[in-house]
Amino acid sequence: MINPNLKLNPKLFKEDIEQVPTRFGYGEGLVIAGKENPNVVALCADLTDSTRTSVFKKEFPDRFVEVGIGEQNMASLASGMAAVGKVPFISSYAMFSPGRNWEQIRTTICYNNQNVKIAGAHSGVSVGPDGATHQAIEDMAITRVVPNMIVIAPCDAIEAKKATIAAARHKGPVYIRFTREKTPVMTTEETPFEIGKAEIYREGKDVSIIACGPLLYEALKAAEELAKEGIEAEVINNHTVKPMDKETILQSVKKTGCVVTIEEHQAAGGMGSAVSEILSQNHPAPMEIIGVKDRFGESGEPHQLLEKFGLTAPFIKEAVLKVIKRKIKLKG
Amino acid sequence: MAHLSDEQIKKLEATANTIRQDIIAMLLEAKTGHSAGPLGMADVFTVLYHTDAIKHDPKNPDWEERDRIVLSNGHICPVLYVAMARAGYFSVEELKTLRKFGTKLQGHPHRLVLPGLETSSGPLGSGLSQAAGMAYALKADKKKNQVVCLMGDGELDCGQIWEAAMWAGKNKLDNLTAIIDRNNIQIDGFTEEIMPLEPLDEKFHAFGWHVLEINGNDIRAVYDAVFQARAIFEKPVCIIAYTIPGKGVDFMEQDFNWHGKPPNKEEGEKALQELRTLGGKISGE
Ligand SMILES: Cc1ncc(C[n+]2csc(CCOP(=O)(O)OP(=O)(O)O)c2C)c(N)n1
Ligand SMILES: [Mg+2]
Repeated sequence: MINPNLKLNPKLFKEDIEQVPTRFGYGEGLVIAGKENPNVVALCADLTDSTRTSVFKKEFPDRFVEVGIGEQNMASLASGMAAVGKVPFISSYAMFSPGRNWEQIRTTICYNNQNVKIAGAHSGVSVGPDGATHQAIEDMAITRVVPNMIVIAPCDAIEAKKATIAAARHKGPVYIRFTREKTPVMTTEETPFEIGKAEIYREGKDVSIIACGPLLYEALKAAEELAKEGIEAEVINNHTVKPMDKETILQSVKKTGCVVTIEEHQAAGGMGSAVSEILSQNHPAPMEIIGVKDRFGESGEPHQLLEKFGLTAPFIKEAVLKVIKRKIKLKG
Repeated sequence: MAHLSDEQIKKLEATANTIRQDIIAMLLEAKTGHSAGPLGMADVFTVLYHTDAIKHDPKNPDWEERDRIVLSNGHICPVLYVAMARAGYFSVEELKTLRKFGTKLQGHPHRLVLPGLETSSGPLGSGLSQAAGMAYALKADKKKNQVVCLMGDGELDCGQIWEAAMWAGKNKLDNLTAIIDRNNIQIDGFTEEIMPLEPLDEKFHAFGWHVLEINGNDIRAVYDAVFQARAIFEKPVCIIAYTIPGKGVDFMEQDFNWHGKPPNKEEGEKALQELRTLGGKISGE
C-alpha cells in the first residue's frame, strides 16, 4: 500500500499526473538557497539555460559567474571561492561535470573538503537524441567513491528543489544528478526529504524494490501490477546514494528476503552496487540489479531508450518474479 | 597549386546550397539538432568533401592514403553527414534518420556505426589532441597524409585545445591543419562576451603555428587556404575561417539562439524557400 504518511501526489497513478524535468527543480531550489544565504554563488560553463542556472542568474545577476566552456577550470575556481567563504554551485551536463572534471573535483574540492555543490544536468539515457556522448550513466559510480562527497539522485522536480536547498545548508561537497526530460511529479511540498534518509513509498512484505531518480515511478507502477498478482512489493525511494540509509534498507530486506534495485545508470558501480555492498556484508539476500549493462547509450526517444536498456516497469516486474523464485529456492 | 575555374566555383556554390537545403530538411525531419553552425560551415565542407583539396574515397573509406578529417565540434555533424551523403558515403535518403532510434547518424558522430568517420565527438575540446596524435604518428612513419581538424570558436574555451596547440607547435606538425569556425557565437551568447578569444591569430602564432585568416563562406578562399596549408613547412597551420552562423537563412544569421535548435515546420519551409531562390535573387522552381 502507498505510504499515506508521505503525502505523495494524489494523482500518482492518474493519466494527468504533472510532468516536470528534475533540472527545473534545481533552478527553483537554487534561487531559494540564494535567498537563504548571500554567500551562495552559481557558476556555469556555457549551458546556463539548459541547466536552469538561468533562473538564478535572473534573480542574482551579480552572483552568477560565466566561466565559458571550461569545466575543469570551473571546478577548481569553485574550490577557490569556497576556500574564502562562498558556497558555489557549479553546473553543466553530468557528462562534463563531474565527468570531464572528475580529478579536479576529487582533489581540489573533496580532498580539501571544500563547500562546493556539483549539479549534473542531463544524466541517464533519457537525454535522448543527443546520443551516447551526452548521456551520463557513470556519474554516480565516479562520485560515490570519492571521500567527503554526498551523492543525491532526486526522483522528481519537487524533490530536486528540496535536495538543492538541503545541499546548500549542508557543509561540504555534494553531487546532485538531474535529468533532461519531463517526468512524473510523485511527491508534494509536504513529502519529507532529508539527506541520507531513504523513504518507504509503498509498504510490502514479498520483495524490496529500491529505486532512485525518476525511475522510482516505474518501480511504483511495477508494484501496482505485481499487487494484482498477489505480490506485495515494498518500494523505497533511495535518493541519497551516499551516505546510504543502511538501516532502512536492512530493515526492509530482513522483512522481504529479496531485493531488486533500479537506476538510470550503469548497473556496475551505481546505487544498486552500493546496496549490494551493504547487503553482502550485513544480510546477504537474493538480489537483481537493474541498470545499463556495460553498454554506451545511443540516440533515440527517451521512452525507446528506457525500453531498449530494460529500465521500465515490465522489466522490474520480471526481475521481481525472478528474485522471488530465487528466495523460495533458497528457503528450500 | 591547384586552381578552381569560375565555372567550378559556380558548381561548388550550387553544391553548398544543396547541402544547406539538405541540412534544413534533415533537421525538420529530426525535430532536434543544431542549425547555426552547420549552415555556416556548409562552404568549408563543400571544399573538404567535394573538391580535390582532401584525399578521400567514399567507396573505400578505409583507404590508407586518405587524409584524415577530425570533427572536434561534433554538434555540427548535420553538415558533415550531408556532405558525406552527397559525396556518396551513404544514401541521401538515410539523412532522414538523423538522431532517431537505430540510426547511423547519431546525434553526435559515432565512429563505430558510420564508416568514414575518424573519431567520435560531441564533448568539446579533445579533437585537436587526437588530430595531433594522428599527425605525429603519420609523420613518424613518413606517411604523406594530411590531418585536418575542425573546431568551433567557443570550443577554444577548453583548456585541452591549448595543451594540444602547444604540443603540435613543439613538434612542428606541418601535416596538421586546424580549421576554426570563427562565427562569434556559442550557446550562452557571443564569444567575446562569454570568453574573449581575441587576438586569436596572435595566440596561435605564439604557440608556434602559421595562421591564415579567410572568409569561410568564400569557397575559393577556403580551397586556396587548404592547399596553402599543405605547403607550409615546419609548422602546423591554423585557418581562422570567419563564417556567418546560420548562413543562407536570413532569420537565423548571426543569432546565437539558433545554435542548438531546429526550425519548426513553418520556419523550415521559409528557410528552404529562401535557399531555393537564393534569397529572392532567382525565382525558384
Ligand atoms: C566539454 C563540453 N562542454 C559543454 C558542451 C556543450 N556545448 C555544446 S556546443 C557548445 C558551444 C560551442 O560553441 P562553438 O564551438 O562556438 O559552436 P557554435 O555555437 O558556433 O556551433 C557547448 C557549450 C560540450 N559539448 N562539451
Ligand atoms: Mg561558434
